[in-house]
Amino acid sequence: MIRARTKHRQTLAELRQLQRLAGAVIMRPLSRRWRMQRTWTDHRDMHEVTAEFIKPNSRLSSLERIEIYNRQYWFRLIDSFYDDFPGLRAILGRLKFNRLVREYLTEHPSTSYTLRNLGRFLPAFIGKRPELVSPRFDLALDMARFEWAQVEAFDGPALPPVTVDDLLGKDPAKIRLSLQPYMSVLQLRFPLDDYLIRLKKTGLRGEASNAVEENSPEKSRRKPRSAIPRARETFLVVHRLDNSLFYKRIDRPAYRLLTSLNRGTTLGKAIKSAFADPPDPELIREWFKTWTELGWFCKPTGR
Amino acid sequence: MPANRFNGFTELGIGIGLRIPHYRHILSKKPTVDWFEIISENYMCDAGRPLEVLDDILEQYQVIQHGVALYFGSTDPIDREQLKRLKALVQRTKTPFLSDHLCWGSVDGTYTHDLLPTPYTFASAKNTAKRIREVRDYLEIPLIVENVSSYAEFHASEMTEWEFLTEVVERADCGILLDVNNIYVSSKNHDFDPYEYLNNIPHERVGQMHIAGHTKYEKYILDTHDHPVLDPVWKMYAHAIRKCGPTSTLLEWDANIPSFEEVHREALKARKFLNAVTETAVQPA
Repeated sequence: MIRARTKHRQTLAELRQLQRLAGAVIMRPLSRRWRMQRTWTDHRDMHEVTAEFIKPNSRLSSLERIEIYNRQYWFRLIDSFYDDFPGLRAILGRLKFNRLVREYLTEHPSTSYTLRNLGRFLPAFIGKRPELVSPRFDLALDMARFEWAQVEAFDGPALPPVTVDDLLGKDPAKIRLSLQPYMSVLQLRFPLDDYLIRLKKTGLRGEASNAVEENSPEKSRRKPRSAIPRARETFLVVHRLDNSLFYKRIDRPAYRLLTSLNRGTTLGKAIKSAFADPPDPELIREWFKTWTELGWFCKPTGR
Repeated sequence: MPANRFNGFTELGIGIGLRIPHYRHILSKKPTVDWFEIISENYMCDAGRPLEVLDDILEQYQVIQHGVALYFGSTDPIDREQLKRLKALVQRTKTPFLSDHLCWGSVDGTYTHDLLPTPYTFASAKNTAKRIREVRDYLEIPLIVENVSSYAEFHASEMTEWEFLTEVVERADCGILLDVNNIYVSSKNHDFDPYEYLNNIPHERVGQMHIAGHTKYEKYILDTHDHPVLDPVWKMYAHAIRKCGPTSTLLEWDANIPSFEEVHREALKARKFLNAVTETAVQPA
């Protein structure tokens, strides 16, 4: 062990305070030109604030040194949103998307060790802040829900599937089923599956070791382009099969049936509530045959 | 010498990072590679494609886990859910040891997702060592910690970076993942002699080395992992190998990733340095 050279030794409480300050500086939104803001929250000059805890060197001021981290924080996190929400970015355009992400992260900074969960509150946030996506609120909200559903379907948990044999001979009035936790059943106002397929390139999320990007997000990514879709009510199941992601269109009764089941309703009641008139039993049988083959059902999870 | 208690007494050779653009090549061509390093956090999920690929890789190759999110230098309590998932992955991969960084990255439950340098103080060393021990006790495998590249220094520091590294690993009784490129990058950014760093760490604790490329700017160097290894880093690596012995080495290439063959070819350049030390060691007196 080595001996201290300075008189005052930092305490753990001081270390924690220093990390709080450094963290606040690093996570603070950048200026419009992707630089560190020049004044602190108490209106002091940032040169003064950063000089209190960061050493300058012969080439860079204290501000310029910590600014490297401030910029990397935003580049890295915005990049992660580009990965997870390419459709939303295409709908909003780069500037509006970046502003949305900035506002979102200011209210919902990451509270997880993984970037995977970063966007989980984005649909609800858009619902609360419609002005950030105006005039395409409906489209943007639908796309955020659709794209978050894909994050969940990509690597979300799976439970042992219920098979057709498990259902044979059982009383529908007593059967309760849940959908797999990785699945989402969506009612959308736009046919976003077709739109996103046109836009999306294949790619998986990956966190790299200790590497930084030198370019701001708009310089490092090609802008996706596709015509904005026209409104048309669409019901989609976002799911995975053999570890590949799929979107499956369903009709309104099927949507009602699946969402009703997932709320804990018995199979018998779910079927009744899904149709205005008594349904064709053959149709129901065919649906359940397909859905169980896709492994969509599991025992009730209570979600 | 390089097989030691800090790396589970392994001598692995030269590895490369398992990266998504190479999945198809690796799974279809099954190239001969000593070992692959995975970023733990990319596989700490419940199910899906990442784990399917990992299982296929594990059937053919030795995999070593390297993490980016334990943040040993943070002052927050360790996230038990994170540890639980990490342990499940350790059991899946059977990694003989695990590495993560000597840095902090979260405070008050908020994560920066960056490997931030910590002030080199005794309080920080003690806190960091305590957290390393806690993680190791939970995971029940050896741990090695990697020195990070950095762009800023704290007034609060009470020692040099290499003294801090030594202080931490001795307090925690853990090993070192010596990132030679990171030392070079930091030495240029902070104006110190990288060889003084290399000469003054406990060499017997080095369990693995990293090499990588970086990018030079007018006033600083960034650790971008998007180039081949540059000559000054190869020279430092040769020196480090002479000091530590022929240690398992990994090439990091994380951005602008070229073909698998190109990355592997670059990694294998390390072999001449490893062989040189091995041959010197076996020559009769």
